[in-house]
Amino acid sequence: MRKHSSMWKSETAAFYFFISPWIIGFLAFTALPIFSSFYLSFTRYNISRPPVGIGLGNYAELLGDTLFSTSLYNTVYYAVFFVPLGIVLAFGLALLLNQKVAGLAVYRTVFYLPSIVPVVANAILWLWLLNPQWGLINMGLRFFGIDGPRWLGSMEWAKPAIILMSLWTVGPMVIIYLAGLQGVPQQLYEAAEVDGASKLRSFFSITLPMMTPTIFFTLITGLIGAFQIFTQAYVMTGGGPVNSTLFYVLYIFRNAFNYLRMGYASSMAWILFIIILVLTLVQFRISKRWVFYG
Amino acid sequence: MGKHGILGKIGPHIVLLLLSAVFITPLLWMLSTALKTNRQIFVFPPEIIPNPVIWENFVDIFFYAPFHIYFQNTVFIVVLNVIGATFSSAMVAYGFARLRAPGREILFILVLSTMMLPYMVWMIPLYVVFVRLGWINTFYPLIVPAFFGNPLFIFLLRQFLLGIPTELEDAAKIDGCSYIGIFTRIMLPLIKPALTTVALFTFMNTWNDFLGPILYLQTPNNYTLAVGLQVFLTQHTADWALLMAASSLVIAPVIVVFFFAQKQFIKGIVLTGIKI
Repeated sequence: MRKHSSMWKSETAAFYFFISPWIIGFLAFTALPIFSSFYLSFTRYNISRPPVGIGLGNYAELLGDTLFSTSLYNTVYYAVFFVPLGIVLAFGLALLLNQKVAGLAVYRTVFYLPSIVPVVANAILWLWLLNPQWGLINMGLRFFGIDGPRWLGSMEWAKPAIILMSLWTVGPMVIIYLAGLQGVPQQLYEAAEVDGASKLRSFFSITLPMMTPTIFFTLITGLIGAFQIFTQAYVMTGGGPVNSTLFYVLYIFRNAFNYLRMGYASSMAWILFIIILVLTLVQFRISKRWVFYG
Repeated sequence: MGKHGILGKIGPHIVLLLLSAVFITPLLWMLSTALKTNRQIFVFPPEIIPNPVIWENFVDIFFYAPFHIYFQNTVFIVVLNVIGATFSSAMVAYGFARLRAPGREILFILVLSTMMLPYMVWMIPLYVVFVRLGWINTFYPLIVPAFFGNPLFIFLLRQFLLGIPTELEDAAKIDGCSYIGIFTRIMLPLIKPALTTVALFTFMNTWNDFLGPILYLQTPNNYTLAVGLQVFLTQHTADWALLMAASSLVIAPVIVVFFFAQKQFIKGIVLTGIKI
């Protein structure tokens, strides 16, 4: 009995020894910053002088800040278009790849490759592709007699341009869907075929329901990611023209590191967290109606 | 049947071929532009294969910016991140997967929940902390945090470790092997493929990281490739040939690594569902 309890103790000690890097890191690089960020959101703070408490001042100021609402609108616009379009595109590509085509590995590589391109290099490449005069996209359109838009130089087309370039990097989602499709039990299709179901019918009655957990997963992670879009706008447009690509995180960045309004930026970060949390919870709620766990 | 069957067989192939062409074209176009002079760039219809092929851009960029220094800095940061993140995450994952202790479940939920938080929430106070420590314009803020385990990798490695049968451990325990011995001599060798995946993801993430370096590195001597490239863009806004050459140079190592380790990548994405 004694022996047993001392062994148990040593296993506990070993457990805490092994996870100690995470505990220290969690306290120093996550927990402490989170608490200070929460505190800072109720203060005015510019690093060089100690924070001054202003209660809900920052949150009240946000309500009247038109750039705050603009950045929120731009971000929602991006998420609303990019996430569903990305899911449809990735799902379509995965379905095609799942047709047991020859050269699957080559196609998979081609679709995946853009997503490993470092984001700054990617942004520069798309600045060139989207160049109104000599960019490949508008030259292609000109070939068909279409006068392409000014893309990143135009208020209407800057956001669609960034959505377009984001769609180019759906590769990982394709891989996730392909794995999901390959996990659908083959017997289901065979049974459906015996019952005389058409290909289309099989798709809607088997493939789609079986894939809903995967789609749900990518929807959640996709939205969380989309709300934090930053680098593309920072490198390509700096938020312009006329703030049409001023995304939420870019505006946080500006406040925090350009204007040194650390308190104000912290309150924005917390609102972002609440938005993401609510969105995720709502989706989990709704998911009960459409996600199928067989 | 016949006609429909053939179309059904070839149809997906044709669509896939067209879509692959769309997906690969931007990268080929980048390379093509990098091998041209400005005079060759501004023509319509465009030259697909440059005639003549101009290699000078790849030499010229080094006159304009010290890309070799950016490269050294990046490699230094990447190597330390790979070592730190892989080893510390494996350690923590072993604890969560194989050792029983009070508080384990709740701590693991805490690990998972930190993945949900937007990075901006802790970015700002962390910056303040690093300013106070005098770490601005040093590599410390970009290296030190890697040594404290990454939640996603802890999760991934734990999944692997859970699948290892207990018999090996039991035998080792009877032989008087310590937990550290079990971890280093039994567990680490068994999860080598998973460790490779973690190392690869860390390599990619660190190589591509932009927000960290742009915040913490201030003098060109300390720039990583990502920041150096962005600064290069601001100085050569319309020099497309040079910009494409510089971008190709930054992308090349990533693509080389990807081709050597494709399988591990795909496996890692499927297992964690992450997107890098």
